[in-house]
Amino acid sequence: MFMVTPFYSLFTCYIFYKTFTILCLVCITLVCTALVSTTNAVANNWNSPYTTEQVESSTLFSSFSQSPKHLDPVVSYNSNEWTILSQVYEPPLQYHYLKRPYTLEPLTLEKMPDIRYLDENHQEVNADSSVVAFTEYLFTLKQGIQFHLHPAFVKDENQAFLYHHLTEDTLDDIKTLADFKKQATRELHAEDYVYALKRMALRQNHSPVLDSMAQYIVGLKDFSEQVTEQYNAELKDQNKRASNHFLDLNLFDISGVQVVDKYQYKILIEGVYPQFLYWLTMNFFAPIPWEAEAFYKQQGLVEKNLTLDTSPIGTGPYQLVENNPNKRMRLLANPNYRLERYPTEGLATDADPELLLDAGKPLPFIKEVIFSLEKESVPLWNKFLQGYYDASGVSSDSFDQAVSVSSAGAMNLTSELKEKNIQFLNITQPTIMYFGFNMADPVIGGYSEKQRKLRQALSIAINFEEYISIFLNGRGEPAQSPIPSGIFGYIEGEAGINPVIYEWKEGRAHRKSLEQAKQLLAEAGYPNGIGKDGKPLTLHYDTASTGPDSQSMLNWYRKQFALLGIELVIRATDYNRFQSKVRKAKVQMFSWGWNADYPDPENFLFLLNGENATINTNGSGINSANYDNPEFNQLFQQMKTMENTPERLKIIQKMLNILQADAPWAWGYYPKSLSLYHGWLHNVWPNPLANNTIKYRRIEVEYRVEKQALWNQPVIWPFMVVGALVLFSIYPLLQAYRQRQTAVVISKTKGGG
Amino acid sequence: MFAYILKRLLFAVPILIGVNVITFALFFMVNTPEDMARAQLGAKQTTPEMIQSWKVENGYDNPLFFNGEASGFGKVQETLFVQESLKLFLFDFGQSDSGRQISADIQERMGPSLALALPTFVIGLVTNISLALLIVLFRGSRLDTITMMVAVAIMSVSGLFYIIAGQVLFSKVWHWVPISGYTEGWDAIKFLILPILIGVFAGIGAGMRWYRSIFLEEMSKDYVRTAKAKGLSDIKVLFGHVLHNGMLPILTGVVVVIPTLFMGSLIMESFFGIPGLGSYTIDAIHAQDFGIVKAMVFLGSVLYIIGLILTDISYTFFDPRVKLS
Repeated sequence: MFMVTPFYSLFTCYIFYKTFTILCLVCITLVCTALVSTTNAVANNWNSPYTTEQVESSTLFSSFSQSPKHLDPVVSYNSNEWTILSQVYEPPLQYHYLKRPYTLEPLTLEKMPDIRYLDENHQEVNADSSVVAFTEYLFTLKQGIQFHLHPAFVKDENQAFLYHHLTEDTLDDIKTLADFKKQATRELHAEDYVYALKRMALRQNHSPVLDSMAQYIVGLKDFSEQVTEQYNAELKDQNKRASNHFLDLNLFDISGVQVVDKYQYKILIEGVYPQFLYWLTMNFFAPIPWEAEAFYKQQGLVEKNLTLDTSPIGTGPYQLVENNPNKRMRLLANPNYRLERYPTEGLATDADPELLLDAGKPLPFIKEVIFSLEKESVPLWNKFLQGYYDASGVSSDSFDQAVSVSSAGAMNLTSELKEKNIQFLNITQPTIMYFGFNMADPVIGGYSEKQRKLRQALSIAINFEEYISIFLNGRGEPAQSPIPSGIFGYIEGEAGINPVIYEWKEGRAHRKSLEQAKQLLAEAGYPNGIGKDGKPLTLHYDTASTGPDSQSMLNWYRKQFALLGIELVIRATDYNRFQSKVRKAKVQMFSWGWNADYPDPENFLFLLNGENATINTNGSGINSANYDNPEFNQLFQQMKTMENTPERLKIIQKMLNILQADAPWAWGYYPKSLSLYHGWLHNVWPNPLANNTIKYRRIEVEYRVEKQALWNQPVIWPFMVVGALVLFSIYPLLQAYRQRQTAVVISKTKGGG
Repeated sequence: MFAYILKRLLFAVPILIGVNVITFALFFMVNTPEDMARAQLGAKQTTPEMIQSWKVENGYDNPLFFNGEASGFGKVQETLFVQESLKLFLFDFGQSDSGRQISADIQERMGPSLALALPTFVIGLVTNISLALLIVLFRGSRLDTITMMVAVAIMSVSGLFYIIAGQVLFSKVWHWVPISGYTEGWDAIKFLILPILIGVFAGIGAGMRWYRSIFLEEMSKDYVRTAKAKGLSDIKVLFGHVLHNGMLPILTGVVVVIPTLFMGSLIMESFFGIPGLGSYTIDAIHAQDFGIVKAMVFLGSVLYIIGLILTDISYTFFDPRVKLS
């Protein structure tokens, strides 16, 4: 028999009680500490991720899902990096914020560049002359533009740079640029723009546009080879890496680039290339002070991740004061920013007139921008609904909660979002996502009538209206040609449809029927999808989409091909292999996309220019379909240097007709982006090509504070219920324990015990 | 003990070389330097000149394991493997393929990872052991059965569910804590409390069952029967003997984890926006950034070896029969 004495019972109860109490205390302490710290940091809202000062100031709260890798303007070529970088750096030109179609205007220039056309002997000729050999651009800077405050500019009493020769001791206390006790600035000069071009030319900087620009800027290629060789030699001699060795590029000159005076510089372009002006809106052409490069090449700073690639220095409306790509990027308004005003005209007819309420006011309106890393869409969406992000996109997960689609396909906000006074913008991106046929493939490619008809039949069968509805929640527009809306050459309505795939009925484009597709297939030599050998035609689709989410999309493709009796074999692989196969033209069909660099049809039609075919360029061309039609190529050469005139439009129309008949792509769709933003955020107007738009935005701070408080009142009762449950459960547990400890075990055996 | 530790550390060298060989071989089996260059350059049109320049700059123009063009010892020395491995053994992680200093990144991310992982680990351990002891105290009762059923239920639900449900309930519906985010200092508590509680709760099922089985096994041993025969109470037996003797299997599973805590938690950190090391390696694999992958695999191996050595040392504190020699 086993009996527990009252003493031990009490002791056990004590231990039992103590364990629970400790656990409860730990939880309560944590909760209380959190609440206390929350109360200290944030007014009213326990769940606010920001401090009171941030919420109550003109701070824009935004997010990013992918960590920016490069913030060096000659290296970065990624939209999520440009969202930050374009607020900091200022290339010579920008897109007008409100005007449509997209219009260029000076940013740091006094006026648009002066353009002169020159012959072989550098004598000026007319723009339409047949002997134009060069185009000369003269840039005149505004005076008085200042760089951000930065330690690289600080000089001592002897006019020597104070922080250009840092020692280990001085670096001990340095973690960020703000830790330098002295900061200074200097005026922007023409040589800073030229220095940026020189940096672009240095191969070790890995600028993604060097090879493109070397074709156009006179002398850039030679300069690049010269300085790259020199730099390589110095690196070898001194056993250094490019990250910590400074080469003074001011000692070398590009023959086609000239600093005229303090505020003027010239760039000479081979032949005529009007699209060059669009390039001048990109950060590759933003000014870099040589002092910054000399400063950042110090090994001690490199070891602390303080480089030009992490800590940009520009002349823009904002300066980057915190760069933690794994947590937060923080911009502060530049106190030395010159007087730039909100546009006073150019409002598009369909735009909200309130966009001109701030006309003529000095920019920027917002004093601080905080980009927080949000890798997952669920927290991002919920924080937007709580008012902790000022704007948001719409992911597939939250689409139904945000948008209701009418039977006619029109998108509207749901009543829940309307009640919160959330606003909505829906625009077609200057992007095309296409389904390509490899024109070098013997089965699906080729230019014979039969081969054309096979591709045309498939283009009808791959029903992109259905694709957009199923996989994109309607966020796309079926493509009629490579040119998306908003770009010169795009034609709306009946005149703009692809007559090979669509018919115009009842005021809108209708995809041709499957019967018509089958007819084309039969004419192509595959009646009901059966080839000459009596077997169903088998085609191969290469893709890098291998995840479980992609299976339904791949099955859908199979189903569409099966409608014509064609068997589709999916060859899924990783992205590296997929790219390699496309480059080597070892695919039959594939899907790919293209984002516009600039709003010119040349930037889309060159995707199908024969000179750019991957098989003609050892894999480096951009024409992945390997389309090479001499007539199209000749028209492309003619069109690419023209201004946007009716003659150009005619040529483009001719080119599109050729493409539609040849069908090297099944055309795909132009994606639409949905943006949501709260009622307190003003001057929101979509401009997918401009990235420096934060300076135009304004926040109504009081309204935001009021709404955040209203939407985030803490609910107290569950806290009390849980507390009560814990307290009330202790007694029955104690009772149960006491009973167990006082239980008497009686042996069933006779006389046992 | 010093000799033992030294011996174990020397044994670690060939292990780490082996780990490096496997890492290098596997990575370059899947990614070529050309692929890596394309991924890092991110250009729409990548030319052969750009690729070559990137490879030279980052040292990927050298052969992987054997340099046939070099002479003598250079055939081995002038290879990517030797050049990069030697630096690792000196704990010089160098820079990532995108140009950032890996040591600086690790230092920056280690703090937030630890701030989440350490409290989750400690509170989880204390909770699981406490609950397991209580259940053992009530073994065979209805409370034991119900608790085990609940534990199995907790184990059966995906951790992702707890995260999303926790965020919805505590942040979205009740507005108690921020859904995600992080800040330095004591203010970080308000961001950490939810992921810690979720982490502890999600681990209760498995942890409690594991420790319960350890303690129950101990309870059936002869020394327990002897102790009871001598008249000791359940409590004295449990806390005075069973807990002490049950520490060996507990330490085996626990101590080895401690050094690797700062490597972070991928899912927790992603969902709660905690800027730790959890996604550092995975992101690097996606970005084909070999600089980070090799550094993190090496560091993970070193920490695991340290964890194993610490485990052996910890045995000596709880079992006097164990002698390190």
